[in-house]
Amino acid sequence: MPSADFQTHPVFKRGIAPHIRLLVYVTVCVAILVADVRFRYLESLREYLSTITYPMRRAAAEPVNLASNAAKYFSKLADSQFEQADFERLQIETAQRLLRFESLEQENEQLRRLLGMSARVRTHSVAAEVLYSAPDPYSRKVILDQGRQEGVEPGLAVVDATGLLGQVTRVYPIQSEVTLITDRNQSVTVQVERNGQRGVMSGTGQGGLELRFVLADADIKVGDRLMTSGLDGLFVPGLPVAMVESVERDAGAFARIACRPLAGVDQSTRVLVLSRAELPPPPPPPQPAPETTGESSPASEPGARPEPAEDEN
Amino acid sequence: MQFTNRSNRILQPTKPWFVYLSLLIALMLDYVPAGDFSRMLPDWVALVLTFWCIREPLYIGMGVGFTLGLLVDVGGGGPMGQHALSYVVLAFMANALARRVMWFPALLQALHVLPMLLIAQALMVGVRMLAQEEFPGWEYFLSSLVGVALWLPLTYLLLLPQFQPVDRDENRPI
Repeated sequence: MPSADFQTHPVFKRGIAPHIRLLVYVTVCVAILVADVRFRYLESLREYLSTITYPMRRAAAEPVNLASNAAKYFSKLADSQFEQADFERLQIETAQRLLRFESLEQENEQLRRLLGMSARVRTHSVAAEVLYSAPDPYSRKVILDQGRQEGVEPGLAVVDATGLLGQVTRVYPIQSEVTLITDRNQSVTVQVERNGQRGVMSGTGQGGLELRFVLADADIKVGDRLMTSGLDGLFVPGLPVAMVESVERDAGAFARIACRPLAGVDQSTRVLVLSRAELPPPPPPPQPAPETTGESSPASEPGARPEPAEDEN
Repeated sequence: MQFTNRSNRILQPTKPWFVYLSLLIALMLDYVPAGDFSRMLPDWVALVLTFWCIREPLYIGMGVGFTLGLLVDVGGGGPMGQHALSYVVLAFMANALARRVMWFPALLQALHVLPMLLIAQALMVGVRMLAQEEFPGWEYFLSSLVGVALWLPLTYLLLLPQFQPVDRDENRPI
């Protein structure tokens, strides 16, 4: 112990020893890491910091946008004329299909009512723009320019013109973070369009997709289209997801099925955030046997088909 | 303040606002979404932070590293604390070696900085692998090499305000 009457001059004061400070900081960092990765406790702090840094990130992304826009600006006239012709053709095709779609939707509604089935899932959507991809080299994520203020919520599906792009994983007040379907930790419940075979699709982290845990003798061919099945209760059923690229059946009980995303996962800049207008109802409780038989209650009796239509007349 | 401890040249004292401005600019450069090129680019914040930790070990240290690390983590969308941990350790190493490094010319200083940057990156990889993510590949460490290659130009750039003479002389501009 040094003698008590000796006091250090303030000029030579150095505060806490650097080793101790390092220990304290490292402990704090590890605590933050665990709290964030394992328990997701720090979302509000992240949101706060994200809002503070938003102008900086926006400003940093601007030169890159400018460069890519300039590249488009200087593309050839012929190219843009071709593009315009393409768009016009597409416009006519879609307009025609849209006209039919409305009448088909009405017809579908009526038929469903006749059959006593529940109405089809309604959707509501938010148009958004991809600002930039997150610079984290381990994950495949992009940042959208719409956030909670526009009704974006975590868990919603994000699509572009050709298919499913990803899922909203974090929402900030004016931005949101989308994990692409090619991310290693992202999974989608899917269904083969041709025969309804169900499965779970995961990203490989290298830009591809993989249909996991499908038995080796399952009926899946190269070229099959996979759609969302909607069984997860989050995604709208029927969104195109991927195309089967290769099927290997000699690797044990499960087939190795590699797929290619249909959406322009790395290229699309204009996207749509899709959600179900209302959450799917919880599974119905087991009902006691019905007492009355002549009542028209189509929801509980799928056998009594023509009655509701006659009631309306 | 000298260019290195061996040189005879006396520089002007460091201006605190310039230190923080350069760190802020480095942070913005880290936020630039460079897509596939981002692996080739150096971690600007780590580089500038190391520089000031070596030049001004009494003022720039682990606290600044911690704050910047959190901001980088939030902007990058990665787990929070990953960069903070790495920068805290980096600042500690740079502060501890500051007295020694300043005795070397700039090129040899870069050789001292290389292992620091590599250790900082290795820490980040370790954190991510503990969180059950895959190894990003050896080319991930290339950004440290690029950063070290930029050490000499960066030294001149960041010391530029201190090269100014105290009294401006019309006949001798520098």
